[in-house]
Amino acid sequence: MNRKQRIEIKLRDALSPAHLDVVDESYMHAVPADSESHFKVLAVSDAFIGLPLIDRHRRLNQLLDAELQNGLHALTLHTWTPDEWHAKGGTTPTSPPCLGGSQLG
Amino acid sequence: MDVLERIDEQVKGNPVVIYMKGTPQFPQCGFSMRAAKALQECEVPFAYVNVLQDPEIFENLPRYADWPTFPQIYVAGELIGGCDITLELHANGELRGMMERAARAAP
Repeated sequence: MNRKQRIEIKLRDALSPAHLDVVDESYMHAVPADSESHFKVLAVSDAFIGLPLIDRHRRLNQLLDAELQNGLHALTLHTWTPDEWHAKGGTTPTSPPCLGGSQLG
Repeated sequence: MDVLERIDEQVKGNPVVIYMKGTPQFPQCGFSMRAAKALQECEVPFAYVNVLQDPEIFENLPRYADWPTFPQIYVAGELIGGCDITLELHANGELRGMMERAARAAP
């Protein structure tokens, strides 16, 4: 499993995000492209409601502490509640309604 | 002086201080560059510490405020965050007021 996948799993488990985007941006920096050193995370979650930005970032830094101790060098964080995310023009794709197919054998 | 005491003096002795890679004039990291630029655009004087020139601070700053990355920006003795939060506070107009209040409150 690569670092992007590990980050996604940790954040999904902890935050149940409505939207999660984890991007390996190492290629943009002065490191070998496969360094897995620079990441950008967009996380939209109800877990951030009522929390100042610094506390949201602390939460993510803590969740990803093992990665930060092990070669994750830069972590750009965009952490929004669903309302903030919508106000910023972001959209959260809605999942399709169940059409009953799973009940049809 | 212990390095954490030295950091504490810098943080509490300056209304605004950024710990960055390089200097505002010659930043050596894109995140440090953006954060320093946001501070400059607020037109309130601020101090900076080039962590690349001070290995002891580079090593120990992350445990001072339990924050793992650089840059780190302190206003009125408190960590406000790193690059992303500083840019967000600048974009929503809060940063200048925070810096001005800190500068006014300084002895």
